[in-house]
Amino acid sequence: MSEYYLFHDSAKCIACLSCEVHCKENKRLPVGPRLCRIQTVGPQMVNQIPKMDFIFMPCYHCERPWCVAACPTGAMQKRAKDGIVFTDDELCVGCKACMRACPWGAPQWNDETGKVVKCDYCMDRVDDGLMPACVTKCVTHCLHFGKPSLISDVRRERHAKAMAAVGWEVTLSQPVPGPKRKKPTTKKQAKAKKKQKEA
Amino acid sequence: MQKDVYSICFMCTVRCPIKVTVEDGTVKWIEGNPHQLKGALCAKGSAGTALLRDNERLRYPMIREGARGEGKWKRVSWDEALNYTAEKLSEVIDKNGPESVVFGERQNLNTHISKTFMRAIGSPNHYTHDALCKGSVNTAFRSLTGYTDAQVNMDFANAKHVVFYGRNFFESLQLKPIQALMGAKEKGAKITYIDIRSTVTASHADRFWMIRPGTDLALNYALIHVILKENLYDEEFVNKWFSGLKEYRAFVESHTPEWAEEETGIPADEIVAFAREISKDKPRVIFNYGYRGANHDNEICFRRSLIILNGLMGSVEAKGGLYFKKGPKDAGYGAFKPLTEQKGLPKVDIQRFDGVGASKLPVCDPAHGVGSMLPFAILEEDPYPIKAAISNRWDPLLSIPDYNLNKRAFDKLDLIVTIDINFSETAWYSDVILPESIYLERADSLMMANSLKPTIFMRRQCIPPRFDTKPQWEIIKSLAERMGIGKWFPYEGIEDIWNYQLQDMGIKIEDFEAKGFVTLSDKDILWDRKNDLKLKTVSGKFELISNLLENNGFSSCPKYESVEAPPEGSFRLTVGRCAVHTHVSTQNNPYLNELVPENVLWINREEAEKFGISDGQYVEVSSDQGFGKIKAFVTDFIHPEAVFMLHGFGRQVPATTRCYNKGASDTALQKNVTDMVGGSPGLHDTFVRVRPLTE
Repeated sequence: MSEYYLFHDSAKCIACLSCEVHCKENKRLPVGPRLCRIQTVGPQMVNQIPKMDFIFMPCYHCERPWCVAACPTGAMQKRAKDGIVFTDDELCVGCKACMRACPWGAPQWNDETGKVVKCDYCMDRVDDGLMPACVTKCVTHCLHFGKPSLISDVRRERHAKAMAAVGWEVTLSQPVPGPKRKKPTTKKQAKAKKKQKEA
Repeated sequence: MQKDVYSICFMCTVRCPIKVTVEDGTVKWIEGNPHQLKGALCAKGSAGTALLRDNERLRYPMIREGARGEGKWKRVSWDEALNYTAEKLSEVIDKNGPESVVFGERQNLNTHISKTFMRAIGSPNHYTHDALCKGSVNTAFRSLTGYTDAQVNMDFANAKHVVFYGRNFFESLQLKPIQALMGAKEKGAKITYIDIRSTVTASHADRFWMIRPGTDLALNYALIHVILKENLYDEEFVNKWFSGLKEYRAFVESHTPEWAEEETGIPADEIVAFAREISKDKPRVIFNYGYRGANHDNEICFRRSLIILNGLMGSVEAKGGLYFKKGPKDAGYGAFKPLTEQKGLPKVDIQRFDGVGASKLPVCDPAHGVGSMLPFAILEEDPYPIKAAISNRWDPLLSIPDYNLNKRAFDKLDLIVTIDINFSETAWYSDVILPESIYLERADSLMMANSLKPTIFMRRQCIPPRFDTKPQWEIIKSLAERMGIGKWFPYEGIEDIWNYQLQDMGIKIEDFEAKGFVTLSDKDILWDRKNDLKLKTVSGKFELISNLLENNGFSSCPKYESVEAPPEGSFRLTVGRCAVHTHVSTQNNPYLNELVPENVLWINREEAEKFGISDGQYVEVSSDQGFGKIKAFVTDFIHPEAVFMLHGFGRQVPATTRCYNKGASDTALQKNVTDMVGGSPGLHDTFVRVRPLTE
């Protein structure tokens, strides 16, 4: 794993897909490759709320990357100084071995170049002291980039704020259970029910 | 060389402040203005560069050669296009009078220039898109407070409980309010969401009610009933500012939670529990008053009930509630000047095409007009013949309900002129197209953002236009000069317009250099809500029984009428939006089209099974107005009486290749029905039939 971590705080995500466009725009990608994706799972009813989960999927920059091992030309590489996994365009021959190898579908196909393109945490920006494009412009700032410990930092800070504001029993990830809800009724069903009651 | 330019986005009408990095004459990067938005930008904002690079946008002036809508165009010079337009407009005016010209536009920073043009030619017929979004919200606010909705806003950052009715807040991206509410949520604020379907906003809510379509008003009457009966309201505020409470109390007496349960499908005990719970957080409570929710021809009643709920909670001019926007005067500055205030600019006394201000629509806002009346005015020549329509960044054919009716009306016009950046449906049907430069390629009039801290923003030109296009203010001036009314446009370049707007304020153009905006107040300006609310109604009170309505022959408390349930085999058509598209203007953007290329028809699973419709299957959806072909999205998360689709798809312009014929058009299905008190269209007043297709 690279020494960085890109943490997606899904409790604050609104699935606006802005991160996907920020990324594509920064890299001037054509239609087709999407280097990060927000995958929506659900909704399903949890405490009478139709909850959705939003899963952010960039490249995970693995410690022992399948894609690097699979690449026959050395195009797919792990950067020595910080472990960012990236491709060298000059060396890529478009064989797609990395696309087959990656368990998470991170390497993407670029039709315009006939080569693979993948998330490199915007390493040119990182080298300039900036954040990746998706993190910089995230609408709710639910994307965080830094050391892996930032996950616990973000969660602890939020929990502390919620506790301070409304007491120990409420946090964002655990909505207060409301009273039991019946299924929505149509007007017809409601009338039938009323008749039944009256009878 | 690289430089940063502060400007204002215009991928949608929210107009977020942006910082644009320009290198070698092209845009390298756009982010939200860090001083305002901490860099945040939405998908549409980032896709601004894809719009810039798009070769399918309007690139040069064109005059129609074939039949209307045939797509045969002659490329012409600006001189030729402007001469042609001015000549034809003058012909129409000479023959039918200036009132036969209508100018419609999406409200924008140069609206004061369009309005100046119309007054100079002597026509009363300027209208904006506004009434189609929220005409009834505007009228409701004026009926209760004397202010329009545009003069009011919500303090999400400090709210403790926010209630949305069909307002899919988190997918209708307004960056600042979203950041504010997310911040409040982290501090424990609650969200209640009421809709006919589930959305991202529902997923973030603490309470979700799937309401029977069209019955939001019944829910509100019951809430008001409980709040009054149990004395859950802010007594000090209500006693001081409300008028007509006694009459209103009598009116809601019969609207019990049990009655509302039958209408809405929401259990009575939950309605009562909610009223009790939310009143504990008053006045830091917001009942979001628009847009969306139930859009019917009695929308005025629904919007009024929402504003009354805020009033009962005392959440008016309160932290975490609603506030009246403050302008330069409140901050101790001179006025911000529009060109319409030039001395001697003619006032026009002729009746408007839409009947606003006359017996047809006496209480709607003439500053915006009611655009949905346009097709009827043209077809019925009522109150007089309309012969020319100019549309500026506004697509009436695809935005006013009933596409086919709109086309029949436009067929009667002698002249259709479009100023736009894209091939809209209206542009494609025009006689002449005057292409506008996109927001990155032009500067515009300053934006006076009235607020708790009134602020002026500046849209600067970032790069030269890629194609043979011009800004709207230059196009209008050039037209005016050719029609002999050039003197009302006393500017050569944008700086002259800026200086005109700022002349009484003591602010200079250079002041915008550092951050892209100038704030007129360091502190939030809030009035004393106990003693000095400055309400602008006739009585100076929060008028539950409204002088504005009653004096014009309308009841403030008309008898509740239940919306009709759809007939067997039909559904109520409901519409809305997603996070990556703006109304009808971004469907062909390469990046945004990639994310959401077409709309789908949400249909309840049990209903779909009855009709043999499976998820992903193509269906035909039809109404008395038109039909469309669209993929079904079968789900448990929509009310069985409704179907839902995104607005703006099913496009018919072949030149926009990416969105051409993708999905179905809600406009083609909708009936043109207007709330004749408030001015909004009844967007949910159409029933549709759905039939599976077998190919």
